[in-house]
Amino acid sequence: MNSVLNTLASLGAFVRQNLYGLGYATRMFLTIMRRSAFLLKRPRLVTDQVHFVGNYSFVIIAVSGLFVGFVLGLQGYYTLNKYGSEQALGLLVALSLTRELGPVVTALLFAGRAGTSLTAEIGLMKAGEQLSAMEMMAVDPLTRVVAPRLWAGIIAMPILAAIFSAVGIMGGYLVGVPLIGVDEGAFWAQMQAGVDVAQDIGNGVIKSMVFGVAVTFIALFQGYEAKPTPEGVARATTRTVVIASLAVLALDFLLTAVMFSS
Amino acid sequence: MKKQSLDIWVGLFVALGLLALLFLALKAGNMSAFTFEPTYQVSAKFDNIGGLKPRAPVKSAGVVVGRVAEIRFDDKSYQATVVMNFETRYQFPKDSSAKILTSGLLGEQYIGIEAGGDETMISQGGKLVQTQSAIVLENLISQFLYNKASDSAPADKK
Repeated sequence: MNSVLNTLASLGAFVRQNLYGLGYATRMFLTIMRRSAFLLKRPRLVTDQVHFVGNYSFVIIAVSGLFVGFVLGLQGYYTLNKYGSEQALGLLVALSLTRELGPVVTALLFAGRAGTSLTAEIGLMKAGEQLSAMEMMAVDPLTRVVAPRLWAGIIAMPILAAIFSAVGIMGGYLVGVPLIGVDEGAFWAQMQAGVDVAQDIGNGVIKSMVFGVAVTFIALFQGYEAKPTPEGVARATTRTVVIASLAVLALDFLLTAVMFSS
Repeated sequence: MKKQSLDIWVGLFVALGLLALLFLALKAGNMSAFTFEPTYQVSAKFDNIGGLKPRAPVKSAGVVVGRVAEIRFDDKSYQATVVMNFETRYQFPKDSSAKILTSGLLGEQYIGIEAGGDETMISQGGKLVQTQSAIVLENLISQFLYNKASDSAPADKK
């Protein structure tokens, strides 16, 4: 009897803790958004962070995009060739990249490349009591430290995703047309006939913005709430990658279901 | 000086992103097919539109002259009303006919316009009366089978 009650109690505590965490995170997000107007006065804070999360992620995003494009070109060709429709290779590459792979793979790489460094940075600031020191000087760390990084992530993600898709399409072109010998005119014409600017490219950009908010906020939240010890920061960094990746995949399913269902 | 060079790098990064979006829109997407030509609306009723979709091209002699704007079901005549936007620079006689055609064997469906001989041209809000529905493959096959069966029926009786 007692053990049943204990199990029930631990279940309740688990649910309560998760709900508390969710509500706490939401309130923190709303607070950051409310205090973001400050950044209009100090845009340089955001520019610095765009440089940090965007420019430094550029190389890994561009190279991954190129290779994903290569692989899509090769695999797409093998499959389409079975049905004698290798002319549709361009369409396959462009649609897969702009709709799904561009935003999702970019977000996963972004979580690994930029998200972890954000978590570690904020976590170490907290461990070194820099955030507390700022509060003592009446400087709000949420406004001064967290908000610029969040906006930098929201700005950088769509740019990186667009670069990923564009480079990937060029990669698919390089494998498909000069290497395998798909007709160049058909490659581009089929792509242009099948890819809609608003429906496919526009929705891809919206997706990557949503992922940008999710990944950056999760990284910042984990850093902000990390235990101020070396071990705590290490755990928070790991959690960032795990939670951000799962959130991206789950959100992607939801967004795809809403955007492309009709 | 360091701030300056940092700004240049960020600017370069954002410019590259915009360039990538432009590349996607123009080279991969259908942005280049968008026209800002003035258009006029013409509607037509079809018994069956098959797989026709909004934004499908309207072609005459194989040249795109407009796009399908809207497809509605008319519950008075139980037909489909297709509203098309024609580019104003292309004028068609009033008795032109519209057909739903398919590009290639499995391609997408579009509307083909055949010009008639009337002196007056269609104006904004005009209607095309002569229409021909999409060919539905299932109907075609069942018709073919039916004909085959009726052809071979007398032979069986012998």
